[in-house]
Amino acid sequence: MNELVSAVPWLGKRNPMAARWLIIIIAIAAPIIAMQFGRSWVRILDFALLYMMLALGLNLVVGFAGLLDLGYIAFYAVGAYTFAFLASPHFGIHLPFWMVLPLGAAFAALAGIMLGFPVLRLRGDYLAIVTLGFGEIIRIFMLNLNYPINITNGPQGINAIDPIVLFGWDLSRNLQVTEDISIHSLYLYYYFFLACVVGSVIFIQRLQISRVGRAWAAMRDDELAAKAIGINTRNLKLLAFSLGATFGGVAGCLFGAFQGFVSPESFSLMESIAVLTMVVFGGMGNIAGAIVGAFALALLPEILRDVAVPMQQTLFGKVILDPEVLRMLLLSLAMILMMLLRPAGLIPARARYAHPENLHRIVNK
Amino acid sequence: METLIQQVVNGLVIGSVYALIALGYTMVYGILGLINFAHGDVLMVGALTALQTMLFLMGVAPGMSPVVMLTIALMVAIPVCMMIGFTMERLAYRRLRNAPRLAPLITAIGMSFLLQTLAMILWGRNYHTFPQLISTTPMQPIEGVFVTPVQIFIVVASALIMIGLTLLVNKTRMGRAMRATAENHRVASLMGVDTNAVIAFTFVIGAALAAVAGVMYASNYGIAHYGMGFMPGLKAFTAAVLGGIGNMGGAMLGGILLGLVESLGAGYIEHLTFGFLNSSYQDIFAFIILGLVLIFKPTGLLGERVSDRA
Repeated sequence: MNELVSAVPWLGKRNPMAARWLIIIIAIAAPIIAMQFGRSWVRILDFALLYMMLALGLNLVVGFAGLLDLGYIAFYAVGAYTFAFLASPHFGIHLPFWMVLPLGAAFAALAGIMLGFPVLRLRGDYLAIVTLGFGEIIRIFMLNLNYPINITNGPQGINAIDPIVLFGWDLSRNLQVTEDISIHSLYLYYYFFLACVVGSVIFIQRLQISRVGRAWAAMRDDELAAKAIGINTRNLKLLAFSLGATFGGVAGCLFGAFQGFVSPESFSLMESIAVLTMVVFGGMGNIAGAIVGAFALALLPEILRDVAVPMQQTLFGKVILDPEVLRMLLLSLAMILMMLLRPAGLIPARARYAHPENLHRIVNK
Repeated sequence: METLIQQVVNGLVIGSVYALIALGYTMVYGILGLINFAHGDVLMVGALTALQTMLFLMGVAPGMSPVVMLTIALMVAIPVCMMIGFTMERLAYRRLRNAPRLAPLITAIGMSFLLQTLAMILWGRNYHTFPQLISTTPMQPIEGVFVTPVQIFIVVASALIMIGLTLLVNKTRMGRAMRATAENHRVASLMGVDTNAVIAFTFVIGAALAAVAGVMYASNYGIAHYGMGFMPGLKAFTAAVLGGIGNMGGAMLGGILLGLVESLGAGYIEHLTFGFLNSSYQDIFAFIILGLVLIFKPTGLLGERVSDRA
């Protein structure tokens, strides 16, 4: 929170208290403002919150522990498919949300450990490629496990997934406060997701300053030195993978329930890269960075969609760059330019952990 | 038996394409220690440029002989890819040479997607039919085993290219400079080697190989589209690791081996798993091999470098 507060332009440094309240007000008022532009914008905000959870989880792996994971979306997929299997007509099982959520998280964590074990000895770029391969394997299985036994329903995906029901309160129905005032379901999801994100932030913040968090930072900055002072890097790496995966799994469960439909298409490599770009764009190893990066890169393509398409129509008479192309263009340029011009991200990590890259350079020479 | 021979033939063909791509990876890695993630997409640009040239030539001179047409298409595709390789190195990777290790890799991933997006803008999302200029009528050297002239062309051409490249690296002045730079940048530059030029040259050669491989790959499967470079790129990377990254002989060996494993695996997976998995799982072999190699023999078959060089 403090990092986020000081990142608020102008106000953050002068009046942190005001900046803090500003952030809280924006977080609460965002869907109401978005509603003025249409219902789809509230939906986009809901998805932005899911991306925030993903970015927070990936930041744990990439930013804190320094393990570049390019298959992160696989854990999201594991969570979403767990929810789809256990709460949809596909197998005819309808377990309650509170039972499926921990299961989804647990399965994702298990997948994280499964991925972690073989790659323990790898570092840097090799790790990236192997995790990418892991993500692709999961996707290939999702696509093809509809034969000979239909498990995942192949490319069609699974439909009619149960919505989130909290203590008998169905989030997919509008909440009827009085006779003529009702709160739209999209708002309910927004505030529920917001609560999840806030919970995650608090958890990760505590984690970062804990023994584990400091050990991760040590391992990220110099693995050999970390080993030499008695840090068990094997367990720490596995912990990073499984904890990061847990966040992915939880976000996946929420995604499955919110969208009511999952298919392999949502879990392509492009999504892994998109989440990674959010982390890189915001600033690796920094909670505020993950949040801002996810928020910016989830909203920007949608804003472009609304602005650029009509603009092209009036300028050229036809749409030359469709929104999907624009999104890819934006993400890839963000990644390249960020690395070239501002490698520490929009909000660089605090001085306490700052410039591990320079440390690295000194050690290597 | 016929299945076995047929799969070995197919494996050799696709394996020699992988070997060509893997050479590009391994040369760049040997010199810079960078996985040029965008290498597969250079291949895609090569294939699509060649396709565009062929379509143009077919419109202008319909009677042109296919061999001449293919040669012209290659002569256009290769310089285009060389330009892309050079530009990538000059604009992005050179500035990041002393950056922390993740930075160039992330940039390379960005490059890969940038190239794909640009190709999507230029050529659209559709699959294009790649003109089959060399005959695809299969011949039967052995009863039940089919070999097409395209496949023969691919194997022969890649063998020639690999011989040429080996000569270039081992016998010429530039080759010696490349080996010296791979050994140690600073010492090489102290000995008067222009390391910047050598690195740029390596990228350009790698891109030229990718262009040729792209045309081969597209001719073999008869299609081309903006995302076609991703899978062969990854597989070629696996091949390079399998053979020992940084080692050119290893890349060739790894490419052929990977091609064989993949095609034999796809041919027999249904029997091995009692019909549970089928040939749509072909793509997972490369990843499984990659995982196994990195766990049990991270130096690869012929390599000497260790994997956790930070």
